[in-house]
Amino acid sequence: MKQEYTLTIYTENQVGLLNRIAIMFSRRKINIESMNTSPSEIEGIHRFNILINETEDVVRKIGRQIEKQVDVLKAYFNTNDTIIWQELALYKVPTDVIAEKVKVERLLRTYGARVVAIMSDYTIFETTGQREETDTLLKVLGEYGLIEFVRSARIAIIKDSKGFHEKLKEFELAEPTHHIIDEPISADEAASKVV
Amino acid sequence: MQTETINEQIDAAVAPIEITGGDAVMRALVAEGVETIFGYPGGAIMPIYDALYDYRDHLEHILVRHEQGGIHAGQGYARTSGKTGIVFATSGPGATNLVTGLADAMIDSTPLVCITGQVFAHLLGTDAFQETDVINITTPVTKWNYQVTDANEIPEALAKAFYIAKSGRPGPVLIDITKNAQVQKFNYTGYKTCNHIRSYRPKPVVRKEFTTAAAAMINKAERPLVIFGQGVILGCAENEFKAFIEKSGMPAAWTILGLSALSTDHPLNVGMLGMHGNYGPNMLTNECDVLIAVGMRFDDRVTGRLDRYAKQAKVIHLDIDPSEIDKNVKADVPVWGDCKETLPMITALLEKKDHRQWVNKFSECMEKEKEAVINEELNPSTDSLTMGEVIEQLNVLTKGDAIIVTDVGQHQMVACRYAKFNQTKSNITSGGLGTMGFALPAAIGAKYGAKDRTVVAVIGDGGIQMTIQELGTIMQNNINVKILILNNRFLGMVRQWQDLFNEKRYSFVDIASPDYVAVAKGYKIEGNSIEERKDLINALETMLNHDGPYLLEVFVGKENNVFPMVPQGCGVSEIRLK
Repeated sequence: MKQEYTLTIYTENQVGLLNRIAIMFSRRKINIESMNTSPSEIEGIHRFNILINETEDVVRKIGRQIEKQVDVLKAYFNTNDTIIWQELALYKVPTDVIAEKVKVERLLRTYGARVVAIMSDYTIFETTGQREETDTLLKVLGEYGLIEFVRSARIAIIKDSKGFHEKLKEFELAEPTHHIIDEPISADEAASKVV
Repeated sequence: MQTETINEQIDAAVAPIEITGGDAVMRALVAEGVETIFGYPGGAIMPIYDALYDYRDHLEHILVRHEQGGIHAGQGYARTSGKTGIVFATSGPGATNLVTGLADAMIDSTPLVCITGQVFAHLLGTDAFQETDVINITTPVTKWNYQVTDANEIPEALAKAFYIAKSGRPGPVLIDITKNAQVQKFNYTGYKTCNHIRSYRPKPVVRKEFTTAAAAMINKAERPLVIFGQGVILGCAENEFKAFIEKSGMPAAWTILGLSALSTDHPLNVGMLGMHGNYGPNMLTNECDVLIAVGMRFDDRVTGRLDRYAKQAKVIHLDIDPSEIDKNVKADVPVWGDCKETLPMITALLEKKDHRQWVNKFSECMEKEKEAVINEELNPSTDSLTMGEVIEQLNVLTKGDAIIVTDVGQHQMVACRYAKFNQTKSNITSGGLGTMGFALPAAIGAKYGAKDRTVVAVIGDGGIQMTIQELGTIMQNNINVKILILNNRFLGMVRQWQDLFNEKRYSFVDIASPDYVAVAKGYKIEGNSIEERKDLINALETMLNHDGPYLLEVFVGKENNVFPMVPQGCGVSEIRLK
């Protein structure tokens, strides 16, 4: 079954890596719904968030292909219930409409919109939230002469992640892979969505 | 200067010395133990070639006739030597001509370091003369690529390139060096080989529980079938593999890239898998109870229709590349790791067994296949020669000791089916990508990679015409390769499909050939052309005994088809014998 998956990818900061990751999706004719790259909790390590609509099987395979890339440290994928995610939206509305129609001001307040800039001819509002919230406000403002709208990519934090500091230590061991794990794989590990 | 002295100098260069970027490239190559380079110069790589001029006594550079020839030669070299192939090309068209070879090396896991020249950094993105965005063009077909714009980066970039190309699952790496970086003088502090990149894990962690589970599953198996690929060769695990199958007497079948990892006359070697593989391994894939895949990736040419592939069997999959596990066939026991490490761990836990009855089933299938296909192919009742009998005679004369390089098509399938191999790294072919034109240049590289061995390039009349210009390379360097053209005056494999599936609508498969002997003669290469059975042995013998390169064209039956065949979209047990 196709559903929304959010990939979280920890990478080195390398020119060309964005393309190398993006072509993993275009090669399979998968549309990227949104993509964000940003610093992570560790200096020098970048974090991608990529949102796609796919089946778990496909996401797992792509995750492994991505993790195989030389400059990628780790890739995780999550369904929406295992992450906290947000998107940011900006709305440009004619200032006179806001001034004249009390209803609009109330609406904006209801949706938790914040004023970012007020000009004589337009005002820019910002909301942060999930898709449904920013969409609803978009629809409502459409009726009041919305001039411009833009929404950012999804950014997400994995609920049960302990961050990357500990993992990075493993990666930095000179010979991280020359050992054999004796103890069996834990049930948790087997069941986790870690790629 | 001896190589050792250069090495010492390279290591000892603690106090910085001022050298050019081009010189740094040469020092890196020498430090990495490179002996042979295949390449073609051009404007944007001239400073590197200028530096090479001073190193021409330690680095053998083979001037090819086309960059595609250069990279296929690099592949052939890597495949027979087990080392990394080195290729030089200039920017623009030089670099784009590498793309087919990169894709081929990527899909067949061949370690290459390709160095391309690039326009001056300040001209990047200006559509400068011979500028092309080689990094983005080659991203999907390289394991890693990197553009160097400053000479200071060269030692580290090349050290990483060599490490990445060869470690883990090997693959091609491309380093694009702008011209300014090649001429730039910088303070060189010595070359340090790379053996760790924090974001890169060449080998996954081996989990003992899975090797234990695999052994337990094999011990319980009544009809185990081992299928092996190039991973055995790339992991240098031929002996470990042999010990593994021998201990519990398991039949083993190969993918075409796995061919020669296990001697073809080994009693447990039951033959070839896949579309034109042997009848037994294909049929019995759907009868085994445990399928053990070693260093192979379940290509669609091996599995046929996946939903009819080994559904009854438990699957154990050994691979160094975790992304291959569960990619096409779901593994019940995933054994991540280098099979050089994991195979002995499993073997140690195996019970000594022989599955004689089960192995006999393969022999019975082979009898059936002989009756239906092989006998007629090897001892034909027709006047015209068959490809199979040519390969069979070659076996007799080379005793299975030759390296056989094949192109793509019918002759490739026939050569892989019938050639005998005693030694590993002896079957060189374009497997995953199926690159026509591969064989002639790859044979050049194969010879440089194994100078003491006989190299026979078996090529069809289609493929030879794709890279025939490399006869020039053979001429200039007097490279002792034997070129055996199996000429059926058709693009045979496409014609076969048109025959079987398109009601003989032979659409553009009728290909004319030049007089190959005359062409060879033009290149000062001796040759001969035959079409009668009575001339075959002598002609092959003359070719093999000739001191130097030799071209032999053998005319074979025009409309012979390769069987058995698993038609596309069918399951492996729907294999056709005619």
